[in-house]
Amino acid sequence: MDNRRRKFLKLAGLTAAAGVAVPMLGSRAQAVSGHGAAPAAHGNDGHEAAPTGVRQGLVIDSGKFHDNPGLAEKCQKVCHDYHNVPKFPNSKDEIKWIWTDKFPNVFPDHSHYKKDARLSAMNILALCNHCDNPPCVRACPTGATFKNSDGVVMMDFHRCIGCRFCMAACPYGARSFNWRSPRGSENGKPFIKNYNQEFPSRMRGVVEKCSLCSWRTKQGKDPLCVEEANKGVEGAMVFGDLNDPHSEISQILRQRFTIQRKPSLGTKPSIFYII
Amino acid sequence: MVDKVLKGNGLYWGWLTLLLMIMGAGAIAYLVQFNYGLGATGMSRDVTWGIYISQFTFLVGVAAGGLMLVLPYYLHDYKSFGRITLLGEFMAIAAVIMCLMFIIADLGQPMRAMNVILHPSPNSMLFYDMIVLNGYLFLNVLCGFVVLSSEYRGIKYPNWVKPFIYLSIPWAISIHTVTAFLYCGLPGRHFWLTAVLAPRFLASAFAAGPALLLVIALIMKRTANFDVGQTAKDKLVTIIGYAAIINFFLLGCEVFVGYYSNIPGHMHTLDYLFFGLVDHSTGVMHNNLVPFMRASVAMGILGIIMLFIARRQKSDAMLATSCILIFVAFWIDKGLGLVLGGFVPTPMEHIVEYVPTVVELTVTAGVWSTGFFILTLLYKLVVAVKRDSEANLKVS
Repeated sequence: MDNRRRKFLKLAGLTAAAGVAVPMLGSRAQAVSGHGAAPAAHGNDGHEAAPTGVRQGLVIDSGKFHDNPGLAEKCQKVCHDYHNVPKFPNSKDEIKWIWTDKFPNVFPDHSHYKKDARLSAMNILALCNHCDNPPCVRACPTGATFKNSDGVVMMDFHRCIGCRFCMAACPYGARSFNWRSPRGSENGKPFIKNYNQEFPSRMRGVVEKCSLCSWRTKQGKDPLCVEEANKGVEGAMVFGDLNDPHSEISQILRQRFTIQRKPSLGTKPSIFYII
Repeated sequence: MVDKVLKGNGLYWGWLTLLLMIMGAGAIAYLVQFNYGLGATGMSRDVTWGIYISQFTFLVGVAAGGLMLVLPYYLHDYKSFGRITLLGEFMAIAAVIMCLMFIIADLGQPMRAMNVILHPSPNSMLFYDMIVLNGYLFLNVLCGFVVLSSEYRGIKYPNWVKPFIYLSIPWAISIHTVTAFLYCGLPGRHFWLTAVLAPRFLASAFAAGPALLLVIALIMKRTANFDVGQTAKDKLVTIIGYAAIINFFLLGCEVFVGYYSNIPGHMHTLDYLFFGLVDHSTGVMHNNLVPFMRASVAMGILGIIMLFIARRQKSDAMLATSCILIFVAFWIDKGLGLVLGGFVPTPMEHIVEYVPTVVELTVTAGVWSTGFFILTLLYKLVVAVKRDSEANLKVS
């Protein structure tokens, strides 16, 4: 049953890729591999196929953030400052790439009746999960959001028509929309306080989200939040290739108990949490 | 033939002028939104679709509802629908045009709308929605006008149009099915993630579409002296009544699954819509849709009961009232509750409520007026042509 469905999806994916763009072919091949509980599509033996290609991911050690109040806020600041994420006076216009929330909100499926004091007090970092099987990419009618060859879910701000189908599709609330121009100002206060010339600001009417700093990771650097977190506490966040068994992140994932957000939805998030 | 829309009484011109004024206000409001961005609406990061997309969803149903008038006439040769089949096809034209306008109004970058064609993405349900909606518009324009112009010339419609008429029947099902698939294929939105969404969409569409048509037919009986006939009306009552009952049956199925399974995700939105839901992180009760949703259920059930009484008593006034009740009930159910409710609670289990702004409501009124404007012109044409051809039949 599952195999048949998978084959259909693969076929649908190929049709999609043929119609959309050549680079998607590469990423489609990846979409059926990778980390997760579902059996792989290759062959009828039901064994998971060996993952192929690069798949960037993160491990977030929430305990280290809990023990170091303010660290998560620093990570958010460095990200939002660099990426020209605007601050609007009206909360309904809010744009955020990385933020914190309580455990029951970040992990509604894992939350239970009698939580210990530490868990209840925790503020957990939330960001785009860069799913291996992203519902947003499936929903997008123009290919404006797509999966990169390194597994990162990206946005093409110039192609996005602003239909917000991806926002309805994302089960993690990771996406924001430019309800008004982020380049403007109100009462003399610009929405982007200190404009960073090195990163483009967006125009109104398009969706945006975390890109796992793909522009940095291509140069072999860690994402900004990871760099900032590790300045505070070593190992608070670890970035790396989930498909490389020798990477630091793979070693941590083998040794530590981690959880993902809403794993039952089959999206296969690339962000893992140590609680 | 088209010149017939230029002849009308004071009421006709007064009605068109009123609609034009609302359309003008809507156009101005849209300019405000276009210049400011969609922030001029009440939508937010958490409730990302508002009244535009909910109107779109409801109107796809109205368009699909035309099927209930087309199918008996063409497929079962049900002659009593001779005077209303064309009305059904033309109602579908006006409704699909409104749908397309609501989609454009909802886009953050409307100038890039053609990207959907330039970068076709068959993995997206919106891609198929574009195909089925435009296809349905094309089919109804083609079939409607070919049949009407044949009637104008006093001949039977040509055989080549028959395949298109037959194609339009499953096509009507497809537009509402694909529209339901926009919602019910999204992981993590429990309220929408139900296999009965498409069937329920169709049931409410097959009630709301013909109900609107019957109200308009009763208005035209008084204003244009155009009677669709008692047999057709009685048959429409059966169609509307049973479709409305099936809709409530399916709603009952949703309620059972949600509350008997006792799975929180399946209960949250139903709680929010019918009883109100408390945000556990703030302790605040949210219930701004509760009065609407309760009224919707009450009006729907009352409408169904009155509908059958009206048929027995042959009362046009009661028939019109019951159809309005059913239409409004399903408009609230699908045009408010379904889309807005689906966003509550948010994926992070917060509750954010949505209230449309004046700009948004004015644009909405403008689009509805455009639809009624088109509908009025088309129906004027149908009535004039029908009257001519029937008069010619009597003479000969």
